[in-house]
Amino acid sequence: MGRDIFEISINGVKLLLIFFMMVQAVPILVWLERRGSAFIQNRFGPNRVGPLGLLQLLADAVKFLTKEDFAPDKAVRKLFYAAPVFALIPAAIAYAAIPMSVPFTFPAFEFQGTTWGPYELKAQGYEIGVGIVFILGVASLAAYTILMAGWGSGSKFSLLGALRASAQVISYELAMGLSIVGIIMMYGTFNLTDMIQAQQGPFQFSAFGYTIASEWLPNWGIFYQPVAFVLFFSAAFAESNRLPFDLAEGEAELVAGFHTEYGGFKMLMFFIGEYGHMMIAAGLATTFFFGGYGIPWVSTQEMHQIIMGMGFSEVGAQGLNALVHFLSYNIKFAIFLWIFIHVRWTLPRFRYDQLMDLGWKTMLPWALANTVATALVIYFVSI
Amino acid sequence: MSEIPLGGILFLVVFIALFGTALIFLARAIGGQRDNNSSVKRDIYECGIPGQEKKESKISVKFYLTAILFILFDIEIIFMYPWAISFKDFIASGLGTPVLISMGIFIAIFVYGLWWEVKSKALEWD
Repeated sequence: MGRDIFEISINGVKLLLIFFMMVQAVPILVWLERRGSAFIQNRFGPNRVGPLGLLQLLADAVKFLTKEDFAPDKAVRKLFYAAPVFALIPAAIAYAAIPMSVPFTFPAFEFQGTTWGPYELKAQGYEIGVGIVFILGVASLAAYTILMAGWGSGSKFSLLGALRASAQVISYELAMGLSIVGIIMMYGTFNLTDMIQAQQGPFQFSAFGYTIASEWLPNWGIFYQPVAFVLFFSAAFAESNRLPFDLAEGEAELVAGFHTEYGGFKMLMFFIGEYGHMMIAAGLATTFFFGGYGIPWVSTQEMHQIIMGMGFSEVGAQGLNALVHFLSYNIKFAIFLWIFIHVRWTLPRFRYDQLMDLGWKTMLPWALANTVATALVIYFVSI
Repeated sequence: MSEIPLGGILFLVVFIALFGTALIFLARAIGGQRDNNSSVKRDIYECGIPGQEKKESKISVKFYLTAILFILFDIEIIFMYPWAISFKDFIASGLGTPVLISMGIFIAIFVYGLWWEVKSKALEWD
């Protein structure tokens, strides 16, 4: 009984922590985006409120809160108000399934006459055996929020933007889903933690009696599946409605797409959803192709040994190990997020027919070719 | 394989739904309502003229077609997932060749479908 309460409360706190981590990353990303775009375009960007303009987003949030909240007369009010709330859900529950560090084991301890623990704390919201399928499935629920917002606003611009956005999201989902079939085949698992474990150690690939091995190249997925990485990452831009694929909000033709009628806090919630999808894409790219939380050249067990050698206790070493891996994950994660921002301010927007052609006629065949090639290589290597 | 942690997912979904609703009500309470409540203000966006377009007006059938094609291809892709995850096991148990050939047939059908779709101009946007 005591143990159950302990585990449930720890898990609840952890889930909330992950959700708020996602939410609080958004102001930082928005600041980074505005500041980064300013430097790319030879401007200053926000630099008045707080040091380096860091408090600008706080000021923005206050402004958002004090905006008058209203819905247009023609809006379907229920859908109009529900859409921003639902925009948060898919992003958050998909993000919670991505592992961020090695598990940390609580030792058993006595508190008020009851023994609590030992308990293995996983650095992810919940571990799911079919992790990839769950994340892809849940993340694509975002198409519904877009449609809800578009229909609920009762405006032509919103509806057109929503239709475009949802058609784009589902089209690129094909390329995204197919591009990781090769990865699944290679690791033979849907579980993200197992995938990260498989990517530890140095690069080694042997076929037909020849062995390609490297001392310094880590055993990351990108060296086996470079095509899949390019396809996956480009599809991720379209999935999260980012430039160069943000046709959903092409200002020149659609005003602001599906959130034309939204303002104030509701707009902010759509923003959190969009950045959440960016974070899912960055986390998945890290996990599939760059070893997840793994540190290159040092496996998780070796890192644990190194920390133990520095004179820490078992529990302290475990905690520090988890922290170091969490840092490693976040560095890779941050690099991907920066690429998202950099691309947005570097490339122009596609035209809609170009976007659909790229998704259906270029990326889908390439992803299929990648799948076939991977299957053939695996087949002939293991025969 | 661990089972799907429905409790955790449900907890997070319910929490976010409540959190989001609370935020909307908070913003509504703090933002207040202005005196100006004319119908012009509550009209949908239009560039400086009275609203012209209605959302019930016609939209391109292309979106509908895209959605149908998506469902077809998405199911085909999802069908590849169980094959992909167990392909190495099949090879290890000596069944690699028949599994590879049957998937080859499936992928040939997939490619034929895609080719036909391109040929019949279902993917052309004007």
